[in-house]
Amino acid sequence: MQLVVFVLASAMMLVGAVGVITRRNPVHAALSLVLTLFGVAVHFVALEAYFLAAVQIIVYAGAIVVLFLFVIMLLGVDKAEDLKTEPLVAQRWLAGVAALGLLGLLVVAVARGADILTTRSEGLDTAAPNAGGDANIQQLARSVFGDYVVAFELTSVLLVVAVVGTVMLTRKRAAGEA
Amino acid sequence: MLPRDLSSHVGAPSLRPMLDPALEGDLLWAPLVIVILKVLVVFVVGLVATMLMVWFERKVVAGMQNRIGPNKAGPYGLLQTLADGIKLFFKEDLLPRRSDRFVFALAPFLSFVPAFLSFAIIPLGGDYRDGNDGIVTWFGIETRVQLADPHVGVLFALAISSIAVYGIMLAGWSSGSKYPLLGSVRASAQMVSYEAALGLSLASVLLIAGTMSTSGIVGAQATLTDWNVVATGVVPFIIFLIAATAELNRPPFDLVEAEQELVGGFNTEYSSIRFALFYLAEFMNTVTMSALIVTLFFGGPQPISFNGFTLDIPFVPNALEGTVWLLLKVLVFLYTYVWFRATLPRLRYDQLMNFGWKVLIPASLAWFLLLAAQRLARDEGWNVFVTTAIAVVVLAGCYMLMQAAFAVSNKTRESQGAQF
Repeated sequence: MQLVVFVLASAMMLVGAVGVITRRNPVHAALSLVLTLFGVAVHFVALEAYFLAAVQIIVYAGAIVVLFLFVIMLLGVDKAEDLKTEPLVAQRWLAGVAALGLLGLLVVAVARGADILTTRSEGLDTAAPNAGGDANIQQLARSVFGDYVVAFELTSVLLVVAVVGTVMLTRKRAAGEA
Repeated sequence: MLPRDLSSHVGAPSLRPMLDPALEGDLLWAPLVIVILKVLVVFVVGLVATMLMVWFERKVVAGMQNRIGPNKAGPYGLLQTLADGIKLFFKEDLLPRRSDRFVFALAPFLSFVPAFLSFAIIPLGGDYRDGNDGIVTWFGIETRVQLADPHVGVLFALAISSIAVYGIMLAGWSSGSKYPLLGSVRASAQMVSYEAALGLSLASVLLIAGTMSTSGIVGAQATLTDWNVVATGVVPFIIFLIAATAELNRPPFDLVEAEQELVGGFNTEYSSIRFALFYLAEFMNTVTMSALIVTLFFGGPQPISFNGFTLDIPFVPNALEGTVWLLLKVLVFLYTYVWFRATLPRLRYDQLMNFGWKVLIPASLAWFLLLAAQRLARDEGWNVFVTTAIAVVVLAGCYMLMQAAFAVSNKTRESQGAQF
């Protein structure tokens, strides 16, 4: 049963991921991305991380990709892009080299860490099996708002800075104003 | 610091068995049959409820406008929806030439399926009295009268409602026509904006209930004063009701299909069964959202009980009585939605956005922080009144700051020649 779920979810993710980069139409690519995100959510459910699964759907599929689609529709770039012209010379070569390098890194990392994948390391405590359904969420809350609260707050500051910066950049100022 | 023991709250909700007890342990035949039965019942009940809702809405609106409404098909026109549905089935299915075929065909299902999914987590009955926890026994198996009771129940509903936007958005885009596109761009902006207010007012309920499972939330609302509408202090309920109306794209927030401006809105190019699916999803969502409001704020299948006195329906077993109570409460909200539709004029687009971002989201966030402060004061043994007073003062300061920011921004825009 677990294997079936794993294979199906992984197939979903891979089909979606391939779709994102091969579909010419940006809207189709965004929809493929949604498929991938759902595959990840299924994996989370299979691993009994229900909260992460729900948040994955709400934040990524429900908000971020919706905003992608919104921008695509608003800007009217939902036509197949012309892939012949190159804005940056040799960017494809560089991208290819970078992708190969990344792939090599990943393969080496997985190969070297193979024993960690099979044996459980000393990480966060797992939820006790009979501790009630909210144990998972309580642990998450403790680590986000307790142990790592500074990092969490810094991230939110970063996001606010990004939002303010975007607003400042996009608003055209009349001549003569500071 | 966090309160050390999060489960020390009312009734220690995290200690109750969270999942449906029938689904724990090995998979046997009896639970499987029960689950399949539940799926069938939920699906059929959903469809029939939608059918009746369409009739109910038409009849009530007609009454409010001094008309008769549907009265030909069946007694009191009850079968009018069925007749319309059959008619739509046999109509020609048009496919616009400039449409995106695949997405155009996919969109109705993307809005239809989520409408049904969120029905799965709503407790439809069961006996929650005297610590019974809503568990009923069918064929010797203990279970709940709801299709699924996931740990993250309420978040599931939120996730489903956030996916529901895809159907409308893609329908408008894939039609390859400008009015539907305008409708769907409006829809996506509106639904994403009000989703935030919806989630924040929901957070207040979760804070009070101390659990996310829908059956746990219902279980914690035993008496009238425990009902979350009282326990969270009405404000989250009002915000939730408004935001839910906006999420449903129902009047007065139905800019998505503003007939006067957009021909028919996102579904202009749809016909036949695909149009029927959109129509069905819209009314199904209304029913589900009403049921969700009742579950979150009005005790779901719990009877009205106050100060040791419980309003009991005679001759009806307690487990069945829950369903009756739920039905009655849901009917009240269905009527409220119809009432909104018949009486409130549609908002303008900028009013909609201003209301969502500048009123609802700050208000729900402020109320959530206030409740959190009170909760923390109780857990740490501080004086609740002093803490509340300090929180109110701080929030008032935030409000002034926000008003000042609005004033500055309005002035800047006026100096740049904006008209509004």
